[in-house]
Amino acid sequence: MFDSLSEQLGGIFERLRGRGALTEIDVRAAMREVRVALLEADVALAVVKDFIENATQRAIGAEVIKSVTPGQQVVKIVNDCLVELLGGEEEPIPLKIAVTPPAVVMMVGLQGSGKTTSSAKLASWLSTRERKKVMMASLDVARPAAQEQLRVLGEQTGIATLPIIAGQTPVQIAERARQSAKLQGFDVVVLDTAGRLGVDEALMAEMAAIASATTPDEILLVVDSLTGQDAVNVAAAFKERVALTGVILTRMDGDARGGAALSMRSVTGAPIRFAGVGEKLDALELFDARRVAGRILGMGDIVGLVEKAAANFEADQAEKMAEKLAKGQFDMDDLRQQLAQMKKMGGLSGLAAMMPGMGAAKKAMDSGAVNPKMLDRMEAIILSMTMKERTKPEILTAKRKIRIANGSGTTVQDVNKVLKMHQEMANVMKRLKKMGGMKGMMKMLAGMGGGMPGPEGAAPGGEGPGGAIDLGAVGRMFGRPGMGSLPPGFNKFGRK
Amino acid sequence: MSWLGKLTQGLAKSTKRLADNITGLATGTLPLDDERLDEIEEALIAADLGPAVAGRIRERLADQKFAKGIDEAGIRTVVAEEVEKVLAPVALPLAITRRPQVVLVVGVNGSGKTTTIAKLARLFKADGKSVMLAAGDTFRAAAIAQLKIWADRVGVPIISGEQGGDAAGLAFDAVKRAMDEGIDVLIIDTAGRLQNKAGLMDELAKMKRVIGKLDPSAPHDVLLVLDATTGQNALSQIEVFSQVAGVTGLVMTKLDGSARGGMLVAAAEKYRLPIHAIGVGEGMDDLQPFDAGEFARALAGAED
Repeated sequence: MFDSLSEQLGGIFERLRGRGALTEIDVRAAMREVRVALLEADVALAVVKDFIENATQRAIGAEVIKSVTPGQQVVKIVNDCLVELLGGEEEPIPLKIAVTPPAVVMMVGLQGSGKTTSSAKLASWLSTRERKKVMMASLDVARPAAQEQLRVLGEQTGIATLPIIAGQTPVQIAERARQSAKLQGFDVVVLDTAGRLGVDEALMAEMAAIASATTPDEILLVVDSLTGQDAVNVAAAFKERVALTGVILTRMDGDARGGAALSMRSVTGAPIRFAGVGEKLDALELFDARRVAGRILGMGDIVGLVEKAAANFEADQAEKMAEKLAKGQFDMDDLRQQLAQMKKMGGLSGLAAMMPGMGAAKKAMDSGAVNPKMLDRMEAIILSMTMKERTKPEILTAKRKIRIANGSGTTVQDVNKVLKMHQEMANVMKRLKKMGGMKGMMKMLAGMGGGMPGPEGAAPGGEGPGGAIDLGAVGRMFGRPGMGSLPPGFNKFGRK
Repeated sequence: MSWLGKLTQGLAKSTKRLADNITGLATGTLPLDDERLDEIEEALIAADLGPAVAGRIRERLADQKFAKGIDEAGIRTVVAEEVEKVLAPVALPLAITRRPQVVLVVGVNGSGKTTTIAKLARLFKADGKSVMLAAGDTFRAAAIAQLKIWADRVGVPIISGEQGGDAAGLAFDAVKRAMDEGIDVLIIDTAGRLQNKAGLMDELAKMKRVIGKLDPSAPHDVLLVLDATTGQNALSQIEVFSQVAGVTGLVMTKLDGSARGGMLVAAAEKYRLPIHAIGVGEGMDDLQPFDAGEFARALAGAED
């Protein structure tokens, strides 16, 4: 099913191998498929709608990397949005257990979601990883032998459990648990509660009563990752009655795509803390947003492909540029490429704003001394040259210059400025060559260029080491007057 | 409260949602245009029917050309009819036709196998059959104790071993005992397992083979218990459990919650396995035969 989906995407975008930015039409077409993928993965409909809208806004206008299709690029952007929404870029928030002991952790959820097993896993985690003295208590008086189950799990994990006293209500057990944990010097007490349906008013009220009686430091909603569209209702129902502080997703070792994670996160706003990944009592992991995002989308291969293409693209560019520099060659096409890179990065002002030490250039642009439109004009000039002229600009006669000026809608003076700029840059390249050790320098530049991973790591077009930034950096390095932070000759071009 | 009452109550949310979607724009009689079809499709997806089945039902509705227009009740009726068409052929009760009839109950963890077994035992007993249970979940802590308590409440004998014991051996003993004692129905519990765990699924296959040693036709029924809150993964569960254990029928639990169990429709369309019963509550009497018409109407919020 998932394979065919990937193929479907591939098919749709076979025709759209165009370069440049993603158009709204491309994005909307791809999003239709993404929507289906998310629904198949059990992400709740309402969540899918919001998510698609946000991802669409983010994708329109984004760059398509060489060697991937627009559809693949969209998938990558969607994946990044998923990771972000699942809390991927955030530092994991530790459980709030460093309070006056005992810290109370209350587990809630539907029947069969895996609360009891998760309680034991969590208690075991806190005991072994956090070196806490933990006690567990089962407040489940509804399911036969539920308390017995937790007692046995306590024995297996070496975690203390509250002695079972028949006939007590859940609130009474909870109070006894807290009291007894306090007296016996436990750091944390984990309260396992009975499973309940969101529509069961009596049980939901009971849950709220337990929470108000024990004022838990953490209330964790335990959710089966196999859950379907109902996840939003469950999340909303529990959130309405108690202050959820986190989510534990269980059965992540199954083959469900786990869209419930996204629904849970959107509806509760609470972080997903842990994932249950097996039947063994140590099979609890910190939640990994990146992995789950890949699984929900079911297009890990495409995401991987785009990431690899992005990496290759950067490496390619770096290598080519390094070679050219090493040979001391720098033709008009290279100049054009530099300009294109600069444009991709959001034009001159965007570029200047991003780069350290470019405040002066930014000011110059803001004051109008340097016209951002010149990038377009310079590109037009180079594009009006023949291939031969581009590689060997010295053949440009006055006649040719007039033709180029007419072709690009500029003047011969403008053409001369571009040529002058190219000449200056080529000189820099030659001097660089003489210095030797180019590879090392390129590496260093690559490090600088790559230091700006946008959320769309997918649009690295302008970030490669071949980018204009690096030439600016080269210029700065030589500290040539007049070059400032801009590529050589740039300032001249801008002046009227 | 009647089972239909409970089901309807549980399904009230989806009903309301469908109703909201439809009443939002349809006062009076309007043609079934794309916009309304979209909303119906989305309501079906939100009920877990899955995008594929929801899309097909949408197409069928579109094909019917409601040129003169259709009102809200009409839409619900049509949706219910389409859903019922899919479900009606698979709504078959679990019939007891031999002695002993061996029923193996399988499913993922937490789907409600043990509770369902108690409810089934109660139904068969009420029907005048002699029933025996086998506590085949030797893995989960206190699973045996849980089934023992149920056996006690229902008043039926139970065969059990130690936690961590050999489930296949226990099942063999249970079949033998049931044959010797002339029991009508033997219901064997199994440990919950995720269908992608090859090792655990092999164990289940072994258990099934061992049960067949005394009576090659046994187990006569292999019931897969599905949790109504489960989404599209239910299809994968049906597929893999069928391959490994030869599932003969489905039981859906937890339909008294806010989940609509719409993937039964997708399952019925794809696998055509009988749906025997649905669980609509925690009480022992809360297991009911599956009625396609009622279910479809509850799903669509249509009037009887």
